[in-house]
Amino acid sequence: MTDSKYFTTTKKGEIFELKAELNSDKKEKKKEAVKKVIASMTVGKDVSALFPDVVNCMQTDNLELKKLVYLYLMNYAKSQPDMAIMAVNTFVKDCEDLNPLIRALAVRTMGCIRVDKITEYLCEPLRKCLKDEDPYVRKTAAVCVAKLHDINAQLVEDQGFLDTLKDLISDSNPMVVANAVAALSEIAESHPNSNLLDLNPQTINKLLTALNECTEWGQIFILDCLASYLPRDDRESQSICERVTPRLSHANSAVVLSAVKVLMKFMEMLPKDLDYYGTLLKKLAPPLVTLLSAEPELQYVALRNINLIVQKRPEILKHEMKVFFVKYNDPIYVKLEKLDIMIRLASQANIAQVLAELKEYATEVDVDFVRKAVRAIGRCAIKVEQSAERCVSTLLDLIQTKVNYVVQEAIVVIKDIFRKYPNKYESVIATLCENLDSLDEPEARAAMIWIVGEYAERIDNADELLESFLEGFHDESTQVQLQLLTAIVKLFLKKPTETQELVQQVLSLATQDSDNPDLRDRGYIYWRLLSTDPVAAKEVVLAEKPLISEETDLIEPTLLEELICHIGTLASVYHKPPSAFVEGSRGVQHKRLPPRAGSGESTESPDVGQSGPSEAPPAVIPSQGDLLGDLLNLDLAPPTATVPSVQPSMQMGAMDLLGGGLDSLLGGDIGGSPSMGAGLGAAPAAMPASLGGAPAVGGGLGDLFDLGGGVGMPTGSYVAPKTVWLLAMKAKGLEISGTFARRGGIIQMDLSLTNKAMSVMTDFAIQFNRNSFGLAPAGPLQVLTPLSPNQTIDVSLPLSTSGPVMKMEPLNNLQVAVKNNIDVFYFSCQYPLSLLFVEDGKMDRQVFLATWKDIPNDNEAQFQIKDIHLNSDVASNKLQGSNIFTIAKRTVEGQDMLYQSVKLTNGIWVLAEMRIQTGNPNYTLSIKCRAPEVCPFVYQCYELVLKN
Amino acid sequence: MPVLDITLKDNALIMIHSLFLINNAGDLFLEKHWKSVISRSVCDYFFEAREKAVEPDNVPPVIRTPHHYLINIYREKIFFVSVIQTEVPPLFVIEFLHRVAETFQDYFGECSESTIKDNVVIVYELLEEMLDNGFPLATESNILKELIRPPTILRSMVNTITGSSNVGETLPTGQLSTIPWRRAGVKYTNNEAYFDVVEEIDAILDKSGTTVFAEIQGVIDACVKLSGMPDLTLSFMNPRLLDDVSFHPCVRYKRWESERVISFVPPDGNFQLMSYHISAQNLVAIPVYVKQNISFFETGSSGRLDITVGPKQTMGKTVEGLVVTVHMPKVVLSANLNATQGTYNYDPVTKILVWDIGKLNPQKLPNLKGSLSLQSGAPKPEENPSLNIDLKIQQLAISGLKVNRLDMYGEKYKPFKGVKYVTKAGKFQVRT
Repeated sequence: MTDSKYFTTTKKGEIFELKAELNSDKKEKKKEAVKKVIASMTVGKDVSALFPDVVNCMQTDNLELKKLVYLYLMNYAKSQPDMAIMAVNTFVKDCEDLNPLIRALAVRTMGCIRVDKITEYLCEPLRKCLKDEDPYVRKTAAVCVAKLHDINAQLVEDQGFLDTLKDLISDSNPMVVANAVAALSEIAESHPNSNLLDLNPQTINKLLTALNECTEWGQIFILDCLASYLPRDDRESQSICERVTPRLSHANSAVVLSAVKVLMKFMEMLPKDLDYYGTLLKKLAPPLVTLLSAEPELQYVALRNINLIVQKRPEILKHEMKVFFVKYNDPIYVKLEKLDIMIRLASQANIAQVLAELKEYATEVDVDFVRKAVRAIGRCAIKVEQSAERCVSTLLDLIQTKVNYVVQEAIVVIKDIFRKYPNKYESVIATLCENLDSLDEPEARAAMIWIVGEYAERIDNADELLESFLEGFHDESTQVQLQLLTAIVKLFLKKPTETQELVQQVLSLATQDSDNPDLRDRGYIYWRLLSTDPVAAKEVVLAEKPLISEETDLIEPTLLEELICHIGTLASVYHKPPSAFVEGSRGVQHKRLPPRAGSGESTESPDVGQSGPSEAPPAVIPSQGDLLGDLLNLDLAPPTATVPSVQPSMQMGAMDLLGGGLDSLLGGDIGGSPSMGAGLGAAPAAMPASLGGAPAVGGGLGDLFDLGGGVGMPTGSYVAPKTVWLLAMKAKGLEISGTFARRGGIIQMDLSLTNKAMSVMTDFAIQFNRNSFGLAPAGPLQVLTPLSPNQTIDVSLPLSTSGPVMKMEPLNNLQVAVKNNIDVFYFSCQYPLSLLFVEDGKMDRQVFLATWKDIPNDNEAQFQIKDIHLNSDVASNKLQGSNIFTIAKRTVEGQDMLYQSVKLTNGIWVLAEMRIQTGNPNYTLSIKCRAPEVCPFVYQCYELVLKN
Repeated sequence: MPVLDITLKDNALIMIHSLFLINNAGDLFLEKHWKSVISRSVCDYFFEAREKAVEPDNVPPVIRTPHHYLINIYREKIFFVSVIQTEVPPLFVIEFLHRVAETFQDYFGECSESTIKDNVVIVYELLEEMLDNGFPLATESNILKELIRPPTILRSMVNTITGSSNVGETLPTGQLSTIPWRRAGVKYTNNEAYFDVVEEIDAILDKSGTTVFAEIQGVIDACVKLSGMPDLTLSFMNPRLLDDVSFHPCVRYKRWESERVISFVPPDGNFQLMSYHISAQNLVAIPVYVKQNISFFETGSSGRLDITVGPKQTMGKTVEGLVVTVHMPKVVLSANLNATQGTYNYDPVTKILVWDIGKLNPQKLPNLKGSLSLQSGAPKPEENPSLNIDLKIQQLAISGLKVNRLDMYGEKYKPFKGVKYVTKAGKFQVRT
């Protein structure tokens, strides 16, 4: 008889029957009944109605029956809290059983029952089990602390379980140590600021010792924990690496990858000329290669990580190209990843081999893979200049196959090759033109149109070709329409005499018949440009294009560094920052690679004197916003293989237009046709009329030019002008710019929301991520009316500082999510610290003196404020406006010393001494604070206030 | 991250939240939750990906859903789909799932839907024992078998008669010793230790027979039935071949590093002592060559096939179990061939041609020749079919690896010792 008998049911009603059996006097019958209940559970049937009957079976000497009941309890206790309490007594009793198996089982099960009433009873047994003589019980109890912490963190702290857990790190049994580490690191994650896992050389040593002896899973926990440690110097780093290296030979691939993470991170600290550094590099290759002979699922994760490693340290795998060659029965997800890595490893030395492989792949069955292989050939051409010619001829061979999708991909990549090596391979254009009719994908059509437009002077029938596309203009995708518009304008500028009609046709199609604002705007701009100053138009539209870079899909370096610190995690599989996955701590503690010993690139002591407060944010934020914005679209598709194809180059064109002294156009003669260029004289009358008469359109154009954003408001403390935080192109048409202000003690976030999409936006809401000072919206985002296209709304959002706190990097970073009816968008911005300077920040003189002395000198930071032409009183007044209070002033030898205090919303005091020498525009500022990390930000505020 | 309900919650230490087992037909036949019950509707995302992938092999291992991640493996026609709610190392989960599949295999002889259903209670107990609140607890088969006894026909009969259970009543002895993989008090009347050196050649050969890529994946499987606490040392004639190795946790890595010997206290019974990898950079001997010509005609809806296999570097040994498999293009309807040795079979549904040759006779090379008929009117296939070769060579490790000697310390008796070598084809492909 097998267990499948438990699935059979009778007509009478299963639950009824089971109930009777559970209450049977016969032990054996009871056990069989519980097994039936469990069997039902495994197929997702709801048997919670039997709760009291099953719990009744709990008091038994039979270990198997007890286990089964426990299994049941874990599943259903949550939904039956009142019933679960019935089990408590048995639990408590079992925690004292002579058999360690039962003690461990009881404490383990109790921890899994997330019912408050049970939790209260758990404390005492848990305390005993943590100190149990049997290590099996201790290691089970260690995990239980983490479970309890998840249910009721306060209780765990009050009961002192955390300290007991810390003691277990020194336990004599390695498996207890491993579980304690696992539990502590989990708890530490929900408490980023707690010093739970206080990693110092002693604990590290203990961990390294336990590493050799504990189970494979424990090794993973320990290695992950080690990875978060920052060694004091390169010697410590080396000694840890030496002790971790043997893990590279472990049979468990997760252990191997965690070890790789530790090594990749700590290697950063080793001087490159060290012999050991080279040894380590050599040791890393074989285990990575071995991962590729594992099961395909493991291979996939390994490949995603190798992709990162190859970008960070290409030297490790540069001789291992062949292991990435694709086998025809690899799963598609493995094939695509291998291909990506092959391109990254391609170099002059191995390009011949790579190309031969790629050509082979281009004849495979799987369409996605074939496409990617064709693209890869293009990428090779762009990456390895010496191979470009071979790549082009390979692509031409492929075009000859006439396989539709191969031809289309080939044309897309050839366009990129033209961009990279101008005037070299244009001889193939004729071949490309032969395939014009077979192109049915937007990207390929757009690429072909770009080629025709760009080389219009060499293609005799360029006008005919483009005209043929124009016939179905409205059925084309936006990408193709935009491209066609530009290509025809190019053609017109190159061969004005024959193509007037064509250009008028496309301009009217774009501006009059299209609903797409992008297309309309671009059409109008060309029209104006051509009509006003054809020479300027030529300069703008036919300007020399910048060469495309060789590797466009590289991960941005700071993200790459962060991902290297997270090798082996989900973040590394998706190549997205960890903050993208997990709400809360782990995400936001941006991990950085440690600085290399002996090199100048120390991350400490940034040159604050140089960096203006305004310059940092714009550099970082757009890219970050970009990544965050992509979150919702996470999918497995690897980043598109090719280059800023047509779209970006066009955008650039548009930017040029804006800068090209067109402003006069806007203010001036919008209404009349007289200003139209001679060649365009017969422009349809409707168009100018609509321009003059429709303010909406004018407004749209106005927005385009108004890139600077709003104007600062002079009330209260200094308020910076609004800057763009969220670009419309990244947020489905929603553009957000904003700034922060403190007005009469109230913190406000001033936002301008602009709708650059075509449809109305409604249902706005805003939320902040946890941040350093607990900033949080004090009310909902008040956007009462729907935001129609091209409309901008200014809103002021009052903020409180009572939100959840978490230290951010940089300290004043704020991550914001804005939702509307379309989607959720993310961006980061940085606020001036002066936002948090409270009005009662004036310290008593005596207290100031005492505090100044009390704060250790190490906490003092010195800064230079340059080019300030204010005397000390004016400066002092200005600062007071931003709640920086001058407490005392002293004049020594022509030097004014101002003593100032600032209090932050969270009660931190900042003390400052500012020295002003008459005639010297450079002030010296010394800042002392118990939390020295705020000093540079306070300095930024000084500069901002004094300079504005 | 901002909290607009798309991100995962970071509140739990649960690594693997739930496990669903799904068969090839898409039936969900077992679920296990380690925390709260997660509705099986979460698997809809999996089904969606499953459908998109067409072939079960192509389902991506990590699937993102709005609130969870689904990490899955496909083994023995079963999808093991785990639900993850926190940022965990995916390899950790995948390794664990493989361990679950191996444990089922070990317990029930095979890992299939029917055996799992037949042993559902043991399966449940196993899963509970293997993972505590998301932490792997006991995954060593030696330990598990003491906690939960595997079913045997005899035991289930005895159990029903005597009412005894299949749950161990005492703590496994090995559970917390410094050698968790070995139980104490092992006793055998015949003490024996056997080692199998198994090497698989992974290779890609191009049209002309040149090696594009070749490497060797080797394992040493052990079957050790020795009493007491034996301490073994295995040494090789040519350990230098092994520069990329992975060991069972029982192997003392330090001694390997310093002396290039494998020193270990073995688990009881069958286990994999080590695996190794001999990379593409070393010269890998290719035991056979394949001369092939598969061509399709522009007109007439037909094609020709001509394959000959011959010995290349066999080190004087016989190649056995030779099988050639060809994945034909979709338009190939049937094959009319003549084999000088062995039998061939063309499956018009899967489009797979299998030629089972058997032993390779160097004097009379096997040949398969004939015509292929295509769907009429269909264009000439664009892709070139690849050949897959299967073979076996007894008493040879193709890398040349040789065991020197096996010594035992710590026990007094004299064990029987034996080493066997075998070479097989792994992923051995010939392009056309």
